[in-house]
Amino acid sequence: MKHKTPFVLKRIMVVSLLLLLLLLITMLIGISMGSTGNRVKAVLQSLFGEGGTDSMLDTIVWQIRFPRVLLAALVGATLSLGGLVFQALLRNPLAEPYILGISGGSAIGAIIGILAGLSRFPGVSFTAFLGSIATLVLLLMMSSGQSILKKNTLLLSGVMVNAFCSAIIMFLVSMTQNAKLHNIIFWLMGDLSMSDIGQVGILAATLLPCFIIIFLYSHSMNLLLMGNEMAQTMGVNISSVTTILLVTTSFMVSSTVCHCGLLGFVGLVMPHLLRLILGSDHRVLVPACILGGGAYMVLCDLLARLLPQQGEMPAGVITAMIGAPLFIYLLKRSKR
Amino acid sequence: MKKAVEIKGLSFSYSDNEILKNLSFSVPEGEFFIIIGPNGSGKTTLMKIIAGILNPQKGGIQILDRPLKEYTRKDLAKTIALVPQMAALDFPFTVTELVLMGRSPHLSMLGFEQEKDMEIARNAMALTGIDQLAHRTLDQLSGGECQRVFIARAICQEPKIILLDEPTASLDLAHQVKVMDLMEKLKKEIGFTVIVVSHDVNLAAMYGSHLLLLNAGIIASLGKPKDVLTCHMLEKTYNCNLLVDESPVGSFPRVTLVPQSYNRALNNL
Repeated sequence: MKHKTPFVLKRIMVVSLLLLLLLLITMLIGISMGSTGNRVKAVLQSLFGEGGTDSMLDTIVWQIRFPRVLLAALVGATLSLGGLVFQALLRNPLAEPYILGISGGSAIGAIIGILAGLSRFPGVSFTAFLGSIATLVLLLMMSSGQSILKKNTLLLSGVMVNAFCSAIIMFLVSMTQNAKLHNIIFWLMGDLSMSDIGQVGILAATLLPCFIIIFLYSHSMNLLLMGNEMAQTMGVNISSVTTILLVTTSFMVSSTVCHCGLLGFVGLVMPHLLRLILGSDHRVLVPACILGGGAYMVLCDLLARLLPQQGEMPAGVITAMIGAPLFIYLLKRSKR
Repeated sequence: MKKAVEIKGLSFSYSDNEILKNLSFSVPEGEFFIIIGPNGSGKTTLMKIIAGILNPQKGGIQILDRPLKEYTRKDLAKTIALVPQMAALDFPFTVTELVLMGRSPHLSMLGFEQEKDMEIARNAMALTGIDQLAHRTLDQLSGGECQRVFIARAICQEPKIILLDEPTASLDLAHQVKVMDLMEKLKKEIGFTVIVVSHDVNLAAMYGSHLLLLNAGIIASLGKPKDVLTCHMLEKTYNCNLLVDESPVGSFPRVTLVPQSYNRALNNL
């Protein structure tokens, strides 16, 4: 019998422990490897404060690689979780964290910031955050009252907001001189290179409560998948659950997008990947997306750092290049 | 006897379109109550109002002698369970997972189920004959099996009243009878009040202890099957030719459809 232990709690803990282990290993690899040499042992010593002999390595590990790896893990976790929530809320397997226009809004904000010559942090991050929050407010106003519960209204509003935003983005890009164009394209492709430990710490402190709130509503998401009406008859207050999940997720995604631009694909693929392996119970999927999504992004970022001979590649390129074929392979296998 | 559902002066409209007009009726506890009527007569709307999904503009509803408005969502879920029309699910839950969801109104927010809840789920699956399917996912089941999974989920909710929306609509003949037999068994053994919305007047005649015939949002007829399903009343409501006689199987009416080309034969009878 597969379900000998009925307690879903046990399953959550086993899955979480395994994925946490995976995440820690990938983070360790991420910190150990880089263009200045791959020394796992020395890094381990440095991490646990036993080294002290190699101060340059200490600096690289603590001030460059560690914050970057941590940022990658946080971003991967947030985007995967965001995709999972939106797929459940909209009951649409094609949903992803940017689907309600967060990407478009923050991109406009970021481009305006770059064009105005603001520094990457806090200037551009701030304008990007403002942009995405503005689209969220706009969206909530457009679908105010009852119609927020009609998933197609929300979905179509989001698609329209995104379409409108892309037009503005193209308009702004076509008006831009070459020098700033590179910055804009890098931002649009997603880029984890700008990270210091202070910023990443603040981000982590913002995201953690969001993760907890979403986990608390994970069983409600299971019930929502039965359809709004069925969920209601099983005791779910759908309008409050929908609003809380929508706002929490959008806020969480906005906070990461403003740090690292539009990293595509993670949010679409990771929830599906984990669902194919673990089933549809969101109480298992929420922690799995946080840990698994984090590990995936750390690996993709590592590849993005190591592959190019000159400069760096945006991590968003790697997430899609690996994610799409992997996903198709798993999909074919599960259909057998 | 206690009333499971009591409705007084109920009206409901979508914007300008009035669907239900000043309905009043009650369903005693332990009934097999079947709501029939033509397309667009307001059957499903009425069911959604009783389930607490839609709020009527006018009128009072009492569930087990307590106003519907006083129930919290969870309380209502412990009182009324709804079995939907065949629902397509894009997300493949296993049968056990889905049946266990019925426990959620009795559990905390995260719905962590205890051994007791598993026991209730196993009983519900045994009662509906789906215990062999426990580990399958929903997309591997046939329509009849799916229907029974949703009924098991409703039983798991431990309600007093079960509402079924067109439970036989997409089932073959054998499964139609099986589902209705199952509901009758549940009514007798557990004491549920069963309220069914159906298109099938013959099944309604066979199983209903009382029928409500709706037409354009008003009650055309209410009573025992043999009083509601008269030829005159049905022809007026459905606006087509029919033949109603007593079923050779038992003392309930049998409704026979008459195609246009046989109208003359009907007149000669």
